[in-house]
Amino acid sequence: MPKLPDKHGHFGLYGGRYVAETLMPALLELEEVYRQCRTDSTFKRDLRALQREYIGRPTPLTFAARLTERLGGAKVYLKREDLCHTGAHKINNTIGQALLAKRMGKERLIAETGAGQHGVATATVAALFGFSCEVFMGREDTVRQAPNVFRMRLLGATLREVGSGSQTLKDAMNEALRDWIAHVAHTFYVIGTVAGPHPYPMLVRDFQSVIGRETKKQIVQREGRLPDYLIACVGGGSNAMGLFAPFLSATAVHMVAVEAGGIGAGRNAASMSNGYAGVLHGSKTYVLQDETGQIAATHSLAPGLDYPGVGPELSYWSDQQRLRCVTVQDAQAVEGMRLLAETEGIIPALESAHAVAHAATLVPQLPATAIVVINVSGRGDKDLQSVASFLDENAL
Amino acid sequence: MTRIADTFAQLRARGEVGLIPFITAGDPDIETTFALVHEMARQGADIIELGVPFSDPMADGPTLQRAAERALQHGTSLAHVFELVRRVRRSLTIPILLFGYYNPIWRYGGERFAADARQAGVDGVLCVDLPPEEAEELKRETDRHDLDMIFLLAPTSSLDRAQRVLTRARGFIYYVAVTGVTGVRTTLPADLSDMVRRIRAISPVPVGVGFGISSSEHVAQVAGMADAAIVGSAISQVIEQSLGQPDLVARVGALVAELKTALRSIAAATRNHTGTASSSRS
Repeated sequence: MPKLPDKHGHFGLYGGRYVAETLMPALLELEEVYRQCRTDSTFKRDLRALQREYIGRPTPLTFAARLTERLGGAKVYLKREDLCHTGAHKINNTIGQALLAKRMGKERLIAETGAGQHGVATATVAALFGFSCEVFMGREDTVRQAPNVFRMRLLGATLREVGSGSQTLKDAMNEALRDWIAHVAHTFYVIGTVAGPHPYPMLVRDFQSVIGRETKKQIVQREGRLPDYLIACVGGGSNAMGLFAPFLSATAVHMVAVEAGGIGAGRNAASMSNGYAGVLHGSKTYVLQDETGQIAATHSLAPGLDYPGVGPELSYWSDQQRLRCVTVQDAQAVEGMRLLAETEGIIPALESAHAVAHAATLVPQLPATAIVVINVSGRGDKDLQSVASFLDENAL
Repeated sequence: MTRIADTFAQLRARGEVGLIPFITAGDPDIETTFALVHEMARQGADIIELGVPFSDPMADGPTLQRAAERALQHGTSLAHVFELVRRVRRSLTIPILLFGYYNPIWRYGGERFAADARQAGVDGVLCVDLPPEEAEELKRETDRHDLDMIFLLAPTSSLDRAQRVLTRARGFIYYVAVTGVTGVRTTLPADLSDMVRRIRAISPVPVGVGFGISSSEHVAQVAGMADAAIVGSAISQVIEQSLGQPDLVARVGALVAELKTALRSIAAATRNHTGTASSSRS
């Protein structure tokens, strides 16, 4: 298996550093610092201590007995990233990047956020380490994820509402990049997913890989073998890459990337299923775009998936057919949320509910001896209002 | 010699500093852009920088974001820009440089882009999100079709990095005056002149300065240090303020004339002061 990315930050055709010259020196410096930290025992020790004592890792791998019974097929396990401090996997990454920022002597963190989970996770580590923090969030998202807006403010972060373009995650990332271009000397840009210019896709994957490493250990302890299927939702793809990465070389383990099918053709956020190779936010990857190369408007009820691109490494593994891409529509995701709530007493984030919804289709087709792991990447409290409105509007 | 290099050679021979105005193609519509290119050339522009609109312009401030939005409202694409340049070429020889982001070019296809750009009469291309590290594939095509691929240097570029970028430079090097995105500024950085001199001392090609260059005063400052001044947002602001007005083209023309006058007066002053302006060039 090739070591990815290569030294230029490419995953085959994908990845790279497609940014303004102003940012190139900062990216090269970040790469250099990260390469040192990767093998630095103090850095690794600090990271492990924070994972254990602050995030609350390892997170459990819960056997979903009633869900397994209800679906009537494979055994279903849940990787419980919803139990991480702040309620989602995002903090695995922000803790790591905050340690890098500290080492680089930066004073200020900035972040983009869609669902608000990455914004909250960045505001949290900013408070923990004493950085100032500004979070960019599309205006539409500030409305549909109001509880997270309040959490970020309570944590001392400044919220920067983005009113340009579609007012969602893509535009928040544009604005964060513009801010970084202007304040690159003292600002660290905490990218929330495995997208963006090199070295971000690599370092976010590495920080999130703790999910897959723990899962591997836990499933072997419980079942004495590796699972047959891993299922994760994909917007930018950090919870998926985090779960998948340690299993890539285990070719018997099937991997399913569940993209946001929105409300159907032309109104979705499924970059790998429906997009074309392109360049967005610093890397080459699958992008939803029109025939002239303009980035398409996306839709998903789950703000964290409502993004026209995807991490370049996922594009690469998708081309290699190492992972399979499927889509789940808004209404199915809401059903997935309800299913997990009713059978297991766990209300997943709408994003993670996409993975649950796909499991509901896949699991009944599998034999009882098969093992499926769903990544429950976050908890659903933030979504209650928008799900209530959705059910109301659709008379469900 | 390409038309861009030729223009800089002529400017130097006259002891002048070039003026490169930027407008977004299709803002507010292609016909107005056609008229603006002619008017700006008439009022003293030396090279025209034509923006190819992109939906997600991450290096642009609000003024040029809105310009791109206006152009995209009626679907201005690369094909339209080539058609525009083809029409302009029936009457004008002024060098035309396309300024944009990589995705529309990538989607169009690098080889096809370079061939069609050359055929339409484009002289150079600047891709703001395509640093030299990622540019090789497209540069092979632009070199093959004798288009100048213009690279940028920024205040954050080390001298060592600048040296490496300069080895690939053709046409001119675009020095980004401010650590930030495009947009009108009230003042320019205090160390701009030192930074530009540093680059110019080692550059095999002329140096143009852009980003934040907003007024006659700024242009005059740039004239003392570089080979060309690039003005974008200040012009787009005039376009935006004149939308729907019959004198939109004339107002832009007046601004370009004012900027050119400021450059010429500095050039003249420098000539009187030091003999010839070009003698100060390394």
